[in-house]
Amino acid sequence: MAQYKLVRFTLNGKEVEKMVDVRASLTDMLRNDYHLTSVKKGCEVGECGACNVLIDGEAFNSCIYLAVWADGKNIRTLESLTGPDGEISDIQQAFMEESAIQCGFCTPGFIMTAVEILETKKLYTRDELRKLLSGHLCRCTGYENILNAVEKTMKRRLGVPVE
Amino acid sequence: MYDMKALYEATSVENAVELRLEHPEAQIIAGGSDVLVQMREGKRAGKELISIYGLDELRGITIDENENIRIGSLTSFSHITRDPIIQKYINVLGEAVDMVGGPQIRNIGTIGGNTCNGVTSADSASTLHAWEAIVELTGKNGVRRLPIKDFYIRAGQVDIRVEDGEIQTAILIPKASYENTFGHYIKYAMRNAMDIATLGCSVNVRLSEDKKTIERARIAYGVAGPVPMRAPHAEAVANGQPISMELIDRFGLAVLEDINPRDSWRASKAFRQHIAVEMAKRCLFESIRLAGGEL
Ligand SMILES: Cc1cc2nc3c(=O)[nH]c(=O)nc-3n(C[C@H](O)[C@H](O)[C@H](O)COP(=O)(O)OP(=O)(O)OC[C@H]3O[C@@H](n4cnc5c(N)ncnc54)[C@H](O)[C@@H]3O)c2cc1C
Ligand code: FES
Ligand code: FES
Repeated sequence: MAQYKLVRFTLNGKEVEKMVDVRASLTDMLRNDYHLTSVKKGCEVGECGACNVLIDGEAFNSCIYLAVWADGKNIRTLESLTGPDGEISDIQQAFMEESAIQCGFCTPGFIMTAVEILETKKLYTRDELRKLLSGHLCRCTGYENILNAVEKTMKRRLGVPVE
Repeated sequence: MYDMKALYEATSVENAVELRLEHPEAQIIAGGSDVLVQMREGKRAGKELISIYGLDELRGITIDENENIRIGSLTSFSHITRDPIIQKYINVLGEAVDMVGGPQIRNIGTIGGNTCNGVTSADSASTLHAWEAIVELTGKNGVRRLPIKDFYIRAGQVDIRVEDGEIQTAILIPKASYENTFGHYIKYAMRNAMDIATLGCSVNVRLSEDKKTIERARIAYGVAGPVPMRAPHAEAVANGQPISMELIDRFGLAVLEDINPRDSWRASKAFRQHIAVEMAKRCLFESIRLAGGEL
């Protein structure tokens, strides 16, 4: 028999509530109930990072996270980065400028981890960034351009010259 | 959707114990990074789960009244690495768990799950063995504490008494283990991220006041046998001895009397033995250096 639970949480800045099947992953709920399709279904076993979202400011693979655990949390997906008139954010712009996107499947996941990194307001070395981004697989870009985009945005936000 | 029969969400440790007694077939889920993956693979399909993920009382790191470092079982890897108590007294543990999977796995994975799974390759396990950690379990008869080496029974099997409704509530590092002690962990894997250890080695030392003698050396491995293990022969070689490169070499070779790695698709036994010696030497060298010794 199906078992449901009421969850209340903040989703991309809005208070929401939903009766959710306890068997659902957070990916299932965000895609099926809220149509947030930036949250991709890739491996579904925590390996690739395509389903990554921010929960209370930390990056989590939503495919291995129970939807019921969302209760009381603050959840952000890529959709939260768009401005009121649909403008994109600096990190998204940098991904375009640096050709850090090819097919785009890995992009929302990478960008949400980048948001977590940028919100620490720290200046990381290239090697540190590589480690911080290592929970994502990209089959297209070869990663260098993604690193460039994150590094550039980090430096711009911190007022450090970008060479 | 996961193929799950039912989910019970614990509201307190006491409630978790009650739920365990009521549903003895159900399995505990903490962060779920093992459980949910196994459920998807079909290994745990159709099971009932008791979620303890919401129990914030099991998160965080403190120093208790007996000066043990107390790590709540639900503390995530990333929180362990960033914690000031860990950084001050047992930094090697923070470094070891910073090698688990990737950043998102380190945000969800807990130290409780990493030990209760009974897995020899678990990145926290060798360091916890080398620091003689104490495992705290809470069940219907109250709290039970046991040394981590007794907690591991065999591969995938730890001493948690389901019939008593037990769950793991903390891992303690005794003062006798961390006082004046410095350690180093090496994870040997094919990739730098998102890979399971081919072999893991954790060493720590306490030096004499003049920093010329090893008062106490401890070493433990993951993947050198079915469960994480110490290397007592190697420790005996180093204990009480003046520091020298020659001692480090002898220490490394002595581990071969203790460990028993196997052939697997990841690496052969011979290769694991070869790197075990090298890792022991490098870990001891680095531990001595961190403790202020000269080489
Ligand atoms: C992509 C990926 C990469 C990974 N890489 C690594 C790696 O490099 N190194 C590594 O060591 N691990 C790795 N893991 C495994 C996993 O992340 C860790 O073992 C983690 O510590 C498990 O913790 P958890 O809280 O998610 O456990 P869960 O999945 O919730 O539980 C694990 C087991 O412990 C039991 N359990 C958990 N907590 C308790 C408790 N408090 N009391 C009683 N029983 C309990 C559960 O019943 C279950 O049997 C990886 C996993 C994934 C998905
Ligand atoms: S889909 Fe979640 S990590 Fe791959
Ligand atoms: S752009 Fe195609 S997977 Fe990264």
